[in-house]
Amino acid sequence: MSQLAELQKSERLEFVTLVAGGQNFCIEITQIREIRRWTPVTVLPHSPDHVLGVINLRGAVIPIIDLAAKLGFAKIMPTERHVIIIIAVEDRIIGLLVESVSEILGVDSHTVRETPRGPEDTTTRAILGIIPLGDDMTKIISLSALLAPASQVAA
Amino acid sequence: MTADMTMRDVFFEECEDLIAALTEGLTAMRDGSTDSETVNAVFRAVHSVKGAAGAFALDDLVGFAHTFETVLDHVRSQRLALDDRILHVLQRSGDILADLIETAREELPTNSAQVDPVLADLQSFLGDAPAEAEDFTFEALTLAFDGPADAGSTYVVDFTPNAAFYTSGNDPVLIIAALQSLGTTRVTVDLSRLPTGLDALHWQDGLLSWQLEIEGLGSDLPILEVFEFVDDLCALQVKLLDEDTAVPDIATATAPDSPVEQDGMDAAAGMAGDMSDQKARNAADKGSTRAASSLRVNPERIDRLINAVGELIINQSVISQRLQHANLPNTAELFADLDDYKLLAREIQEGVMAIRAQPVKPLFQRMLRIAREAADATGKVVELITEGEATEVDKTVIERLADPLTHMIRNAIDHGIEAPDLRTAAGKNRQGRLRLAARQRSGSIVIEIADDGAGLNRPRIREIAVSKGLVAEDAQLSETEIDHLLFAPGFSTAKEVTNLSGRGVGMDVVKTAITALGGRVAISSQFGQGTTFSITLPLTLAVMDGMIINLGGQTMVVPISSIVETIRPKDADLSQIGLNNTLLRIRGEYVPIIDLAERMGQVATLRDMTDRVLLLIQTDSVPQCALAVDDIFDQRQVVVKSMQGNYGEISGISGATILGDGKIALIIDPEAVAQGNSVYAVTNSQNGRDVSYVAAC
Amino acid sequence: MTKRILAIDDSRTIRSLLTQTLQKAGFEVSTAVDGVDGIEKFQHEDADLVITDVNMPNKDGFGVIADIRGGTRNRTVPVLVLTTESGAALKERARQAGATGWIVKPFDDEALVAVIRRLTGAA
Repeated sequence: MSQLAELQKSERLEFVTLVAGGQNFCIEITQIREIRRWTPVTVLPHSPDHVLGVINLRGAVIPIIDLAAKLGFAKIMPTERHVIIIIAVEDRIIGLLVESVSEILGVDSHTVRETPRGPEDTTTRAILGIIPLGDDMTKIISLSALLAPASQVAA
Repeated sequence: MTADMTMRDVFFEECEDLIAALTEGLTAMRDGSTDSETVNAVFRAVHSVKGAAGAFALDDLVGFAHTFETVLDHVRSQRLALDDRILHVLQRSGDILADLIETAREELPTNSAQVDPVLADLQSFLGDAPAEAEDFTFEALTLAFDGPADAGSTYVVDFTPNAAFYTSGNDPVLIIAALQSLGTTRVTVDLSRLPTGLDALHWQDGLLSWQLEIEGLGSDLPILEVFEFVDDLCALQVKLLDEDTAVPDIATATAPDSPVEQDGMDAAAGMAGDMSDQKARNAADKGSTRAASSLRVNPERIDRLINAVGELIINQSVISQRLQHANLPNTAELFADLDDYKLLAREIQEGVMAIRAQPVKPLFQRMLRIAREAADATGKVVELITEGEATEVDKTVIERLADPLTHMIRNAIDHGIEAPDLRTAAGKNRQGRLRLAARQRSGSIVIEIADDGAGLNRPRIREIAVSKGLVAEDAQLSETEIDHLLFAPGFSTAKEVTNLSGRGVGMDVVKTAITALGGRVAISSQFGQGTTFSITLPLTLAVMDGMIINLGGQTMVVPISSIVETIRPKDADLSQIGLNNTLLRIRGEYVPIIDLAERMGQVATLRDMTDRVLLLIQTDSVPQCALAVDDIFDQRQVVVKSMQGNYGEISGISGATILGDGKIALIIDPEAVAQGNSVYAVTNSQNGRDVSYVAAC
Repeated sequence: MTKRILAIDDSRTIRSLLTQTLQKAGFEVSTAVDGVDGIEKFQHEDADLVITDVNMPNKDGFGVIADIRGGTRNRTVPVLVLTTESGAALKERARQAGATGWIVKPFDDEALVAVIRRLTGAA
């Protein structure tokens, strides 16, 4: 069953909307652990661009990823005004650096639409659906798709 | 759960330890150490099993243990000389003993078909001599059962304790008290032999005598029981008051093996008999639910506890730091208290870790047996060598390793090691070698199963994979990729399901089990020479002694265990080699210097080595080298936080820790840095040396 | 006053059994894991009776008794030897060592308690 269909099993859905790379995205709320202000990270050696480093979250060492960079946009230069969204996906806890967080969006599940077919790129691969918002729309991020390794060795 | 159940649990738990000690001793004996201490240890283990098992009426177990113990006794007292045959039987006996314990635990009937032959072998060493005759011969009892009436009779007891009576911890007062409890008693003491002057009195001389008249007794048995231990330590006479009834005098003072004691023993034996029947009945009545093992705690709770303890330690460190900066007046006591706090935290930490961490030894010992049986079943001659048995692994991990390891050992013996003739033909030793080793590798546990067998036949593996549709006919596969086909579901090289591999449980199950533990398996093999499987498992909590260093402004940690010494080199100690590499001269040897900052990607080119601090590193798998850092701060214990769960592997980094001020310090993996490769370069060969990370981010 | 028993045995199971049995019978029980531990405890705690296994590492039961009888503290304390052996040879050894009495393993709970009651004068 596609992730979208999974989502649509519930009647009502809640998302946290955010801005990254200048665009609107949202993440389904049950995957979010907390939202924090940006704090300096400890850099990890040999890490790819989108991995900023790690932070101490109440005793756990959590990696912070630049969501914009991961999606293929320009890197964010983090400042205190930026926000980290701590998410949990499949037993892993990770922090996503975003430009800002807007609101909690509650919708009836039927308003969620499939992503329109088009050329695939890094961004679209990580989107599992869209929600129209007035004139605009917000894109639902698929965390598992976002965080899957690029090449999978027989595991 | 009845109280009886709990005792059983304790017993079976103890049996586990005893079997472990037994196995260790037998292995040592097999390997050639036949000194008395080793044999004694084995003897004691069996003896203890027997002693404890008796309390639970486990007759088959006790019986077997008894014969086993006797043979061992003969060996340790040199009555029996050790030879290969005896050694072999002793090994088998150890296995049988373990089995008997298991069947007892599961409350299953004994597998006589297995037990009896070994028992017979053991007995054959004891020769035709009958089972050691009890020194204690029962004399015909001529006691006064046919005596008095129901109304009970009066007995007269005369006793005079001698010196030994007193020195052996007996007390006449207590004897008298016990006699008094048997019935209405009249006591008279004979003081006639007391000297008039107290200074002439020696209590050891046994100068006091007593006479008691006890009414209402059915027989003299209860009286004799009171004297069961002291019949030869006093002059004793017990007789019926009415001397007309012709009952013989029961006990005399010096008769050895006196009936007094026999009665006591009999009564006790009789009662014991009854009790064991009762216990046997209890055992039968019990439901078949097996007692829960002694530790059943929600793992989440332990996790939280472990985390909390880690935090406690860090917290203590924070407080310590703050206090030091606070410049408080008169803080000597405060620091002493803080030290106490530290010690307590350490104790808790050790306690918590002790809950979870266990040496792999028992697991490895089980593998010895698995290997033995596998060798027997397949007609191979194999020796299993274990290394690093003291390596500690989380308890849950050990339990879940048992099956995969078992399978891998069986696999290695079945498919890896060749038949003895083939081996000789290939110029190898007839006996194959299988090595099972465990070691901690800064943040992980590595378990290796290495055989010197035939190695992987890659063309064949590829062929099978193709025939099963697992890979395309024309697929280009590297050696590693072919090796890993072994783990593909549906792949099973055993076209012949041997009686060992059973229903062809494939290696894919092994891989799944390891992955579920958060670990990885790597294969290394050379056709004709052998195969090595390496399992790497993350450590969930480790507390490590670390050296806190400064690397380009970043605080990092290097495990003390791999540091031989720290050096601030003088120019004269440094020599250039090649374009940019520097060597350290130390004690006449040259050691390569690795610029840690360069390895960590902080700088692009190698820097000048003057003004650096060098850490001389020595680990198992790499020769000595020196890591160049900017400065060293201090040494302290740090709580290792694995990043694997959230992030993945980073080349040269084994984990992270949180410093007193809340900042994160990465922990260097010296071995990986020294090797210049990621641990997983083999399984994840992406772009050669630059395997930067296997993170799933 | 509650009588205190010091039970010395290298088997966890036996220690547990003894503790349970004797505590149920109203005794206070202290345990030791071998002869050395046993003597150590004996020196520092009061005991109204000592029950000791024979076969133990580091110091066996007879060694324990010898130390007690030859020492200065509480040396006439009643000592029971807990053993799997039986027979005249054992009795002789126990005698020589100065044991007060003996109990054969597997022991009968009631018999053990009765003997201990008698030797300590407990109710």
